[in-house]
Amino acid sequence: MTHQEIIIAGFGGQGILSAGRILAYAGMLEGKNVSWLPSYGPEMRGGTANCHVIISDEPVGSPILNSATALIVMNGPSLEKFESFVVPGGLILTDSSLVTKSPARKDIDVCEIPATKMASDMGNLTYANIILIGKLIAKTGVTTIQNFTEALKKVLPEKKHYLIPEEIQALEAGMNY
Amino acid sequence: MGEKLLMKGNEVIAEAALRAGCRYYFGYPITPQTEIAHYMAKMMPKVNGTFIQAESEVAAINMVYGAASAGARVMTSSSSPGISLKQEGISYASCAELPAVIVNIVRCGPGLGGILPSQGDYFQAVKGGGHGDYKLVVLAPYSVQELYELTVEAFNIADRYRVLAMIMGDGTLGQMMEAVEFRDKEETPDFKKDWALTGTGMNREHNVVTSIYIKPEELEAHNIKLQKKYEQIALNETRVEVYNCDDADIIVAAYGSVARIVKNVIKMAQKEGIKVGLIRPITLWPFPSKAFEKYAQVPKAFLTVELSAGQMVEDVRLAVNGKNNVHFYGRMGGMLPTQKEILDRIKQILK
Amino acid sequence: MAVVFKRPHALKDVSLPYCPGCSHGIIHRLVAEVIDELGVEGEAIGVSSVGCTYNNYLFFNCDMAQAAHGRAPAVATGIKRVHPDHVVFTYQGDGDLAAIGTAEIVHAAARGEKITTIFVNNAIYGMTSGQMAPTTLLGQVTQTTPYGRKPELHGYPIKVCEMLSTLEGAAFVERVSVHDIKNIMNAKKAIKKAFQTQLDKKGFSIVEVLSTCPTNWGLEPVEAIQWLQENMLPAYPLGNFKDKDMEV
Repeated sequence: MTHQEIIIAGFGGQGILSAGRILAYAGMLEGKNVSWLPSYGPEMRGGTANCHVIISDEPVGSPILNSATALIVMNGPSLEKFESFVVPGGLILTDSSLVTKSPARKDIDVCEIPATKMASDMGNLTYANIILIGKLIAKTGVTTIQNFTEALKKVLPEKKHYLIPEEIQALEAGMNY
Repeated sequence: MGEKLLMKGNEVIAEAALRAGCRYYFGYPITPQTEIAHYMAKMMPKVNGTFIQAESEVAAINMVYGAASAGARVMTSSSSPGISLKQEGISYASCAELPAVIVNIVRCGPGLGGILPSQGDYFQAVKGGGHGDYKLVVLAPYSVQELYELTVEAFNIADRYRVLAMIMGDGTLGQMMEAVEFRDKEETPDFKKDWALTGTGMNREHNVVTSIYIKPEELEAHNIKLQKKYEQIALNETRVEVYNCDDADIIVAAYGSVARIVKNVIKMAQKEGIKVGLIRPITLWPFPSKAFEKYAQVPKAFLTVELSAGQMVEDVRLAVNGKNNVHFYGRMGGMLPTQKEILDRIKQILK
Repeated sequence: MAVVFKRPHALKDVSLPYCPGCSHGIIHRLVAEVIDELGVEGEAIGVSSVGCTYNNYLFFNCDMAQAAHGRAPAVATGIKRVHPDHVVFTYQGDGDLAAIGTAEIVHAAARGEKITTIFVNNAIYGMTSGQMAPTTLLGQVTQTTPYGRKPELHGYPIKVCEMLSTLEGAAFVERVSVHDIKNIMNAKKAIKKAFQTQLDKKGFSIVEVLSTCPTNWGLEPVEAIQWLQENMLPAYPLGNFKDKDMEV
């Protein structure tokens, strides 16, 4: 049974909210119940950003997460803020290019991926979020590459569709890391 | 039903209004509902509609008054401080029996307060934030799908009874994305608006839209007419979800986004052998008192959970009418109760 | 027998409730005559405001809405946007338009709403019995300026036409008076021009009409006309402030 409660957190501008949105869309295309809730208001502008994504076989109750089965963090402060949210046995994915500290907890699965470095090697920094999502999909099976591709088509404006093959490359790089 | 889409609550409200045939939107920016205005600004020109960013909330609600007088389906949206400013127009339009839809994506007060979710405007919405004896039909969706269904319904209720209908949500609902399925086409009944200001065409007596009746006999008669209409609405339009209440140990009353948290609590409690029921008012006015009357003696106690200092709890107490204890748990300022907090409170009550 | 003078069709056959010597009756008649002459009664929609004329929706034969205090331009905006080919007008006093409704009139003009406003300036609040208006003259005694309007205490009168004529969206702005026959004729011309501006979809139009309020000024009707000429005309010069027709 699928029930994933995912928090994605980092700086504004890292594609935190859009990564969550594409993931939720892919989950919906997978036939799951999904919700996506962004942090909103002044903190969006230049500060930290986070979103809560639920992908579940069951109807979604509250979209607000007090705990998470998986956490993706793309900056240090977010790890400090959300590490304690993760349930025992849960998963933390960090962008180790930017998050220099490792999670302190021992009761969880930790994947440290130099996503920003990998994205930079691919020639486009904005793929770091997708690389991390790739790893999340590989670890949890919440969706498939096929549905993720479909979700990209729904979420990206038509004029950006030419980027989709590269995005999928980034996703696969994350999955295979 | 059409394709399943993943959409933001605020955008779904706007899309639902357009699908219901609303072609006039007047508003003023305020967080956390501004996406409604963005969506309308983008879409209205494509459907030959009108979007005006008004100079104030006061002007916006009076533009609504004008467009509704002229016979159009019209909407405005705002958040708490802006809704306070609209109260003058709300009272006038209610007296003039104008149909329109008002959206309040509630934020924390009092004052400028904060932008996070709150349910602190319950009293303002259901007891009358403006002056005089009037009622709004207040609909409280708890999912994105319901934002769609109830927004469409709000337009129909408004036209059917010539009243204002309010969609009341909070930032959680407005900002969240969830799957939504739209019907291919909305069936809008033909509401004959022979009272509307369309120009006499020199072939009928002039129509007048007014909220002033200087003669006390006339004003009392008008008030009685309004009250009779409200009785009809209470009879026909009360909506409620009763969930898991038969042989419940405790029944929780909650609406909107809080009811979603409570549904999670119900699952958590089940695992511990506690049976929690939920009565979720979908119309806050008319209040589903009958559901509470029916279950008044079923559980050991009632608990009302709100994002306020305790507002709907008063209506729950009136409905339970002394037949059971009604407890309250609330958070304010944008703080949300966790599932564990609510479960702890339930256990404490049942001890 | 030939009829040489009759009630305009746009004005209902009712007796108007205004005080002796008040100008509202004349101004109502002028508006109705213009509606008749332009042949637009069937598509005219008026908006009454709050003040002595709060219920003039009963006097005009066209469709009418009654608006909250100061909000008539916003209500008219809503109506006009639904019926863009109809003729929509507001009838407002100085307290309604230039105090509580300042934002609404300024922004309706700024948006260039194709509506016509008849703005009646009698330098005092009539219906609430004689308080200071935003257009009350310096030195003028009212219930709330019992020692005369003093700039250091009460500020200065607002010159609505001068102010609104600075706005791009305002297409026709004129101040007239109805204290004698010649001026009444001029006033009618201006009102007609204002409605025509709307029909031609040029933008917002307003006619400010200087008006008497003998009751609250504490004067006999004839004295009131005298007072208007001696005090209001110097403070509020008559004339056209804007006419997009005349602009090159």
